[in-house]
Amino acid sequence: MEIRFRVNRKLRRVCVHPLTRLLDILRLELGLTGTKEGCGEGECGACAVLMDGELVNSCLIPAVQLHGRSIETIEGLSKRGRLHPIQQSFIQRGGTQCGFCTSGMIMASVALLMGKKHPSSAQIGEHLAGNLCRCTGYSPIVDSVRKVGKK
Amino acid sequence: MRTKHIGERVPRREGGLKVSGRARYVDDWTLTGALYGVTVRSPVARGIIRQIGYPAGTPWEQFTIVTAADIPGSNSVANLEKDQPFLAVDRVQHAEQAILLLAHPNKSLLEKARRAVSLDIEHLPAVLSLESSLAQEQVVWGHNNVFKELKIEKGNVDGVLNNAPVIVEGEYWTGAQEQLYLETNGMIAVANPKEGVTVWGSMQCPYFVHKALMELFSLPMEKVRVVQMETGGAFGGKEDYPSVLAGHAALLAWKSGKPVKMVYDRGEDMAATTKRHPSRTQHRTVVDRNGKLLAMDIDFAIDGGGHMTLSPIVLSRGSIHAAGPYYCPNIRIHGRAVATNTPPHGAFRGFGAPQSLFALERHMDKVARTVGLSPVEFRRRNFIRQGESTATGQRIRESIQMEKLLHRALKETNYEKKVRLFAKQNLKAKVKKGMGVSCFFHGAGFTGSGEKRLASVVAVEATEQGKLRVLASITELGQGAVTIFTQIAADALGISGQDIEVAQADTAFVPDSGPTVASRTCMIVGKILESACIELKQTLIQNGLLKERYTSNAFRAACKKYVKQHGQLKSFAQYQQPSHIQWDDEKHEGDAYGTMAWAIYIAEVSVDLSTYEIRVDDFLALQEIGKVMNPLLAEGQIIGGVVQGIGYTLHENVIWNKGRMVNNRITDYIIPTSMDVPPVRVIFEENPYEFGPSGAKGIGELPLDGVAPAIVNAIESATGAAINRIPVTPEVLLEAMENTNE
Repeated sequence: MEIRFRVNRKLRRVCVHPLTRLLDILRLELGLTGTKEGCGEGECGACAVLMDGELVNSCLIPAVQLHGRSIETIEGLSKRGRLHPIQQSFIQRGGTQCGFCTSGMIMASVALLMGKKHPSSAQIGEHLAGNLCRCTGYSPIVDSVRKVGKK
Repeated sequence: MRTKHIGERVPRREGGLKVSGRARYVDDWTLTGALYGVTVRSPVARGIIRQIGYPAGTPWEQFTIVTAADIPGSNSVANLEKDQPFLAVDRVQHAEQAILLLAHPNKSLLEKARRAVSLDIEHLPAVLSLESSLAQEQVVWGHNNVFKELKIEKGNVDGVLNNAPVIVEGEYWTGAQEQLYLETNGMIAVANPKEGVTVWGSMQCPYFVHKALMELFSLPMEKVRVVQMETGGAFGGKEDYPSVLAGHAALLAWKSGKPVKMVYDRGEDMAATTKRHPSRTQHRTVVDRNGKLLAMDIDFAIDGGGHMTLSPIVLSRGSIHAAGPYYCPNIRIHGRAVATNTPPHGAFRGFGAPQSLFALERHMDKVARTVGLSPVEFRRRNFIRQGESTATGQRIRESIQMEKLLHRALKETNYEKKVRLFAKQNLKAKVKKGMGVSCFFHGAGFTGSGEKRLASVVAVEATEQGKLRVLASITELGQGAVTIFTQIAADALGISGQDIEVAQADTAFVPDSGPTVASRTCMIVGKILESACIELKQTLIQNGLLKERYTSNAFRAACKKYVKQHGQLKSFAQYQQPSHIQWDDEKHEGDAYGTMAWAIYIAEVSVDLSTYEIRVDDFLALQEIGKVMNPLLAEGQIIGGVVQGIGYTLHENVIWNKGRMVNNRITDYIIPTSMDVPPVRVIFEENPYEFGPSGAKGIGELPLDGVAPAIVNAIESATGAAINRIPVTPEVLLEAMENTNE
């Protein structure tokens, strides 16, 4: 089936099986490999993207749900080569180590800050509970997000 | 030497790529015309392969099929022993063992085909636990299931035991632990008899993979190339396993004539690849009337799985750490690594020490209680001091002051006050609180003569722009290797970090600097890098192209000039073992490590006796690590390690059934989330190690050694339940509370 939808504000058109995962459309059809597969079952959050402004696990979204939707991925975050303040904060505060959870973690953080301007550490921790990280132990990530919120 | 970069919170150099999704991991690459590859595995733990069938209904002629018969060279994975085949021939030695490989351009059809292969395997009785392997109910490896046995002896343990009025005994168990790097194992291979083999993938040790492929294909070294891609976490889980996966991908590429990509899904990665060795430690301890240790008799056993792989080295490290940071004149440590019919266990951050130190630090609490001393006072009386010798007879050369570290840790956590307060509150409270302490050390680098045998090399060369390129086979895994090397090189040469490039770990271009394991990257390889830089600088100075003091610009100009005159500017340096290190591998006696990092960890826990939930409310990680090269990265290592340790202690439970991990999904193998972690306070002390770069010691594995005992000691303090195995799930706590109340 053909689907027309927006990815990072650009209109895209793909022809795929209706059950193709959004994750695979992004990575294989559109070459946007910033979104990662960590578990394939919606548990780890490495594949998290925004769909119509809402945080979703792209490994759980079938193509048939995409028509007319607007998807934002990590690639769409920086504008004209300039890093988003969250991305800057992650670099400065050690929010990324191996980097594999980072795309999903940053999209989840973006979703949080869209809804809450100055979240506390506890609120950030709760919001990010769907994004697993094995390297950082989370507190550098929470610090990175809290400092952006403080601005 | 002025240090401008070392000691600073330098953000990681590749951070920009990682936060913008531009860092490319192996699955982010596609080669035109590539096939996907999968592995057909044994569902049976031990058996004889009677027949492999390819039933009608699948277009088998479209598939590339590889069995052991297709292997051009040696069907054994290069390691300490040659007992592990790449592909099973006629017997199965463990569940999930690889039997054959399939490749096809269509991933979905490939998966259907994998399930369609019919395997007729005659079951043989299997050994599925550490206990039954030790008991030799069935012999499944060698003549007695023992991969390796060792004995460390100091003084006369039996002499003391035979005359002791009181012997404190204890038995402690730790379970398997899955590394759960967020990026699963993956490789891309291109291979043919004419050009050789090239693999790109997720790995810690390019030269381990290189050696394995040379032997698998009977190729000379220049016909094999191994390139490390951006790697999404490893923690030891990508130390030896990548050799197997690289071999598999390359075999399919060799037979099909096409590039092959193999990336494991999470379920396969968890079930089939290595995990931390389960362990059992038995302690028998004698103390004198003043609470000083007189004798320690320790039996340490680890479950190595179906093949030997790295088990003897894990056994060695675990055994050497088994008596901890204490002085005792009579010590015996009997170590055994044994076989079971489960997927081979392997490296995981700590490498045997988290297992033996869990046992030790739980046992020290028990001994303290038995002789009527507080856990803190007992340890204080027994800390090893400068000039005293360890279990292996290593004399402590540095001015270690564990008492000072302990004092600071107790102050920072308000320990004494809280212990008294909780004791009072717990009488009435439904949620009990407790404090627990662990004291430990971790020796960095390969044990004994290991580093000498590795003889690691690092090279540095001038680029066309006059920058410095670092050439080492050390891999960035997220720990910050690229950044630390940049800092070391920048300060060794007195130039800007921007003028340093760290080359990708590609065996075509970098020398063998040894594997990225054993907390050796900064302390051992960083030192070699420093030497190589100094050598290059001297070359320029001796050629009159640089004065003793110079600017970054002058350095760049000098490099360019030298290259113009001579064609190339490249310096090599090799590991030099400090002369004081003397080690007897047979007797496991002498200087096991160049130096140790020392630590005191303190946990504060809450235990809810309505729900049996355990929460770590606060955690202090205090350690002396020689020199803090980069506080941002160092804190990252400690906090990340502590949280992995919390998982090891409370959440991560591998459930086995007939030799297979059955909860091989992130859904039901639980690792800590952002809601499961306490504030982790990190304190560093410095005491420069003379042979580390700027005095640095290794730190990557240290945190894993002390988390579990601190937490379980705290649980006992809170509830009175003496739990001696991890993980302590609510079910385990429930059972322990029932036993305590009986």
